[in-house]
Amino acid sequence: MSEAPATGGKRPNPYAKRLMWPVLVLAALIAVNIAVTGFDFIVPEVNDGRLGGAFVNILRRSAPLLLIALGMTLVIATKGIDLSVGAVYAIGAAIACQMIIGAEDQTATGLVLGAVALALAVTAAIGAWNGVMVAHFGVQPIVATLILMIAGRGIAQLVTGGQIPKVQDASPFTELGRGELLTVPVPIWIAALVLAALALLTRRTALGMLLESVGGNPEASRLAGIRAKGITVLVYLVCALCAGLAGLIGAANLGSADANNGGLWIELDAILAVVIGGTALLGGRFFLLGTTIGVVIIGTLEDTIINVGLSSQWQFTAKAIVVFIVALLQSPGFRAWVLKPFKRRPAPAPAEEAMSK
Amino acid sequence: MKTLTIPTFLKGEPPVLKKVLAGIGAGALLFGLTACGGGDGEGGADEGLVVGFAQVGAESAWRTANSTSVQDAAAADDRIAELKFVDAQQEQERQISAIRDFITQQVDVIVLAPVVETGWTDVLQEAEDAGIPVILADRGIEAADEDLYTTRLGSDFVAEGRSAGEWAVQTFADDADGTKILELQGTTGSAPANDRNAGFFEVLDAEGLNYELVDSQSGNFTAEEGKAVMETFITTHALDGIDLLYAHNDEMGLGAIQAIEEAGFKPGEDIQIIIVDGSKAGFQAGVDGKLNYIVECNPVFGEQLMDVVVQVANGDDVEKFTPVEEGVFDATQFEAELPNRQF
Repeated sequence: MSEAPATGGKRPNPYAKRLMWPVLVLAALIAVNIAVTGFDFIVPEVNDGRLGGAFVNILRRSAPLLLIALGMTLVIATKGIDLSVGAVYAIGAAIACQMIIGAEDQTATGLVLGAVALALAVTAAIGAWNGVMVAHFGVQPIVATLILMIAGRGIAQLVTGGQIPKVQDASPFTELGRGELLTVPVPIWIAALVLAALALLTRRTALGMLLESVGGNPEASRLAGIRAKGITVLVYLVCALCAGLAGLIGAANLGSADANNGGLWIELDAILAVVIGGTALLGGRFFLLGTTIGVVIIGTLEDTIINVGLSSQWQFTAKAIVVFIVALLQSPGFRAWVLKPFKRRPAPAPAEEAMSK
Repeated sequence: MKTLTIPTFLKGEPPVLKKVLAGIGAGALLFGLTACGGGDGEGGADEGLVVGFAQVGAESAWRTANSTSVQDAAAADDRIAELKFVDAQQEQERQISAIRDFITQQVDVIVLAPVVETGWTDVLQEAEDAGIPVILADRGIEAADEDLYTTRLGSDFVAEGRSAGEWAVQTFADDADGTKILELQGTTGSAPANDRNAGFFEVLDAEGLNYELVDSQSGNFTAEEGKAVMETFITTHALDGIDLLYAHNDEMGLGAIQAIEEAGFKPGEDIQIIIVDGSKAGFQAGVDGKLNYIVECNPVFGEQLMDVVVQVANGDDVEKFTPVEEGVFDATQFEAELPNRQF
């Protein structure tokens, strides 16, 4: 934070403003839950040396979505989109589980590390392929990634042979989803580390500026000497890698990989989280912290529906209503329209308005 | 009849070859049509029946066992020339387009395992207009469309719910302070979810069990959502006073068992658990003492289905509903039954 003035004194200001509305909505959701279930909702508890409680559970379950949404934020910053993340999630989970159940001793650490490495390598390769299609072959991002969105689950099914491979509970692989480190659940660690790493990489180096520049105007960036193609391939690779990691956490949590349902529609939730967080789909400016809050909003919402006592049929409608509210709050036009009757215009206002025209 | 299969493997061929083959296919189609029209299906019957099967997906071990059973039975059966198998990945849209494809390909019989109960009127009417009989496998559809299918072969989900309810009534009859129940429902709007719920509470109400349904949410028949919903149940209601968890299928129940264990409780002891389905994994959990009662939902009905398909194709009279044989198992029977499980 001490370095903030170096990047320009005014920079944190619009950032905080962008974050304000999602934070308010999240606070409102948490307030509703506390009102219904009491302060137990927000206060963490320790079970068997492991942090638990409703809100910690929400954070733990949100980890896969957060990983994917962070990758998606970077892709969207380059004016792209990655629809294949849900399928890549399934592929990552399928490869790791299938490799582990194929071995004689499922508890061997080397085997688990190998399975994780293989899954991540394959998903990274898939991401690189997406990036090459977009950057070098000029295929539109939505088309390039749609192909794998449709075919990817088929690939995952081929890997698992149409079955749902179940890993033994004793295998250290399950620690990725169920374990804890210093009482904090492992998925939360992983998500926090990836968030920190991406934030540092994009905010403490020139990479973030290059990304925004590529998304804002690819041609001008190229003329300015930025290797736009390399950066594009890199963000798709990172996005798929995040999706693969998310798949591993999801599979480890359940001890199984479901090629059909693992990460189903997670791409849409990820895009929602990015938008809730204030990143425009037009590319350019991106907000990793905003995305994080968006993810927590989505995760909290699912619990809220159960806590408030709404039936399952309400799930999608409630989600739609909250996203609608956030989108409206973020629209300056809507805010001005709502606040108009309450605003007593000071004398110099008309002059300001005229000037702005 | 076999010639009609050409268009399906055209997918992925180079364009030129595709056109040529399409021409041959179209010619063959015409030939097939005239053959059918002239011989009144007799010529087709010699070569065997072509059956289109729109399966729900591969969402659970139960479903994969069901798909395997149907595919194996069709392959082994001389009366069946070909089974066109479509995996709809749990989407009604895919099933509807699969049925339209079957109609275009002029299959002899369509078998449908509907994802949801509603919204079938139009496409089943199209099948009827094309003169192709429809058999429902496993799940049912809403009563208003009853005339649009010939018969349904499958599990009696209401009976399954009743079996679960009867065990709950026996087990908790002496529970003075009332039985507190959590329910993990299947996919919202699906027949097994609706019927297993209805049958269960029908028995509880009829027998006058003093119970309270603490919460009931959909876990969408998957382990992932079953576990997530159970975690929220535990943080919201706490498990201390809860007597019974009723899960509409194995996967959700097994996910919930994980959540209960991770919260520091003993599934099967601190909270009694009923699951419907009875997969190997489910029975294994029963042998480990983690659940208390299994209501079987038998997926291995491929051979029975082929008999019904042939009867329907021959125009024989069939009952509107043919139940699949199913059992119930309590803690004393888990170990003996485990080796018999096929999925």
